[in-house]
Formats: sequence, C-alpha cells, structure tokens
Amino acid sequence: MGGVPLSIDAEIMATIRYKDVGIRALSACVPRDVVYNKDLGYLIPEEAIQKTIDSIGVRERRIAAEGVCASDLAYRAAMQLMADNQIEPDSIDVLLFMSQTADYRIPATAPLLQDRLGLPTDTLAMDVSLGCSGYVFALSAAYAYASLPDVRRVLLLDGETFSKIVNRKDTVDWPLYGDAATATLVEKGDFGESVFILRSDGSGRDAVIIRDGMRNPVTAASLVERKNENGDIHNGLEVYMDGMDVFNFAMKRVPKTIRELSEVSGTPLDAVDWLVFHQANRFMTDFFVKKLRFDPEKVPYCIDRYGNTSSTSIPLTMASELYGRLKDGDRLVMAGFGAGLSWGVAGLQMQGCRISPVIEY
Amino acid sequence: MMDMEDFIANFADQFEDTDAGDIRADTAFHELDEYSSLIALSIMAMVDEEYDVQLTGADIRTAVTVEDLFNIVKARRA
Repeated sequence: MGGVPLSIDAEIMATIRYKDVGIRALSACVPRDVVYNKDLGYLIPEEAIQKTIDSIGVRERRIAAEGVCASDLAYRAAMQLMADNQIEPDSIDVLLFMSQTADYRIPATAPLLQDRLGLPTDTLAMDVSLGCSGYVFALSAAYAYASLPDVRRVLLLDGETFSKIVNRKDTVDWPLYGDAATATLVEKGDFGESVFILRSDGSGRDAVIIRDGMRNPVTAASLVERKNENGDIHNGLEVYMDGMDVFNFAMKRVPKTIRELSEVSGTPLDAVDWLVFHQANRFMTDFFVKKLRFDPEKVPYCIDRYGNTSSTSIPLTMASELYGRLKDGDRLVMAGFGAGLSWGVAGLQMQGCRISPVIEY
Repeated sequence: MMDMEDFIANFADQFEDTDAGDIRADTAFHELDEYSSLIALSIMAMVDEEYDVQLTGADIRTAVTVEDLFNIVKARRA
C-alpha cells in the first residue's frame, strides 16, 4: 500500500474509490420468532391481505423478543463469523456498529460490543447511524479504515430491530419491517477497485421520521397514539413513513445512480453478476429492475422471509441468498436508500468472501 | 400532446377489481373501494414510465379526480 489509499474524484463529487480492500467474510443472525402476514386480519381486510403480501413481497418476518436488541443479534452474528473464519479478537482494529435501534441513547453500542466480543481496549469502536442506506455508507467507512496501512481488520456490525419502533396498528410499516443483524469482515486483499457513490438530501427529512427526541422534546404526550393523514396510527416515539414520498424519491434517484455507478466504474450493467437492493418492498425494487432492464435472475431477494430489515437488508440478502452461489470474481452492485433522505450505491468485486449460513437467536 | 383517454386507460390498468368503466375523468379516485396506498404506488410508477413525471405523495393526496392528476402530469411535462 503506497501513497494515499483513498481518492475522491474531483470532477464527479462523492465518487469514492478504494483499491485492494474488500469483504472477506459475512454472517447473519435473525430472531427465532416468525410473524406471518397472513395473520394480519386485525389490521387489514381479509380480502386485501393476499394483495398486500404479493405487492410488498413480505410473507413472514422475524421479530426479536422483548429485551433482545439489535446488538444481541449482531453479537451472535459476529461470534459466528469469528468462529467460522478463525478470527482472533485482537486482530480486529476497528469495530463499527450501524443501527437506528441502539441499546441506549448514551452510551453508543459499539464499545459495549467491543467488550462483549472480547476485543482489546485499543479497538476503535463507534456507532454509525443513518437510514436504510446505512450499510453502504458504513461499508465505505469500513473500507476507508481498512485501507490504512496500520489497520488490519474492520468488523462492521449492522443490526436493526424495527419491531421496537413500529406501531402494530400501522398498516404501512407493521406488515413490512423485520428484525435482523449481520457481521461483515473487511480487510486488505486482491480485491481490485471498489467504487462508492454516497448521497444525501435532507430536504426530504419528513419522509421517514420519528418525531420526538431533541428537536421535539419527549413528553408524556409522545406516548399518545395519533392518526396520521393516511389514517395510520403511531405515537411520537414510533416511526412514521410516507410510502409515496419514499417511492417518489427512490424512483428519481436509485436507478439513475446505479447507471451513474456503471459509467464511472466502467462496468456495464450486463457485466454485473448480482444487484443487491435494500429490501424496501418488492413492488418498488421490481420496478427499478424493470426500469434498468436488468436481468431479474441476478437480483436476489430475502424480503419474502425476513421483510424489510432496514439498513441490515443488503448484507442479510447477501448472506441468505448468495450463500453457496457467490463466485470469486463476481461483480456485485448494492443500492441502499431511505431516511434522511440518503442513498448510496457501491460496485464491489467479490473475492474469497466466506459466507456463514444464517443463524437464529 | 397528452391524451386524457390514454391517461384514464393507463390509470384504470392499475386496478384489478374495479371495472374500467367506473373510472372516468371526474372520478374521485380516493373513494374507489379498491384504492389503497399500494395502488397509489402503481399509479406513480405508471406515470413515471409513461409520462416521465415523478409524482409526490402530496400530488396524489391533493388530487381529487383523475382529471386533477392528469392536469398535474400535463403541467409537469410542459
């Protein structure tokens, strides 16, 4: 590794390139408890249930038990990855935890995971928080750290338990979201060039939001359930999503940014072996596949069994769907998009990536 | 030039159970039994594909009739 490992293209801003760092191993952990969308009769008229399932593509989801946090699932995923790949805890120099459902508001969860995983106290451990795009951004941070000469391994844990922040009477969000966590090990190797495009548009902050916090202080009224303009119920500490505004944003940004990545990385879309979307909802990503005229066979989905697991959905899809199918030299494009608004796409070359089978908590 | 009849036909295509004859320019589409937020997404996708216009949630919410939506799309194309 010589010179500056990270270069930001001056002409096309926010195109980030890394050389010879990549994903060495991947694992995932989902809660044991399954919730079936066919049982949503209390929320959706019986005759509309099948249509909803077919449209969003979610047949069932995993929901974490009370007291089980994203970090617990992430801990298991990390232990599995370390065991399957004989990774010594003291060979990990950086630990990143990407989540919107951390254990506490203070402290951050990453130091807790450092301690629990038996990583040395000289580990750099910190949380990263963003929306459903979070994995792509956090992976870029992992690549940046792993590019540094004295950093050996970066462990990126991405876990979400949206079941704790979604109202069970919310017809938009409750049928959609599931809980899961993943571990991604990033290190140097013969990975060639990786390209990331990471973008932000905070003018769309209202599209996906939990209203009460610091801007709107938490009071007793935060716990009062209210109906929003679509007739859905949630309180001030639960997530609100305007599905139409998210769709408007994603259809404007996502296919276009994927095409842009193809141009700046010099990889035509038909040379891409896997296009892994954030598992937002099946209707939406099928539409993008059609718009891009991309081969649907190369677009893996796990949304039918795990739902939308927010930022975790890209690595979960890779772990659950590419296990035993990913080949050395495969070109993989991932696309994350969501709250912020925030979206990111990355083009990676996969080389010697060891995927552990999905485990249950 | 955007044609109202084509737009209505494309609009009606997004519904499965609703009779196409029940969808006219002056139909208050939010009141159709089959209308849902998922149908709204189909309409947005159709408008993107057929007319290259990206409707927002507010566009869909404020439009009362199919013609209202037609006018939004038409204005945005101009």
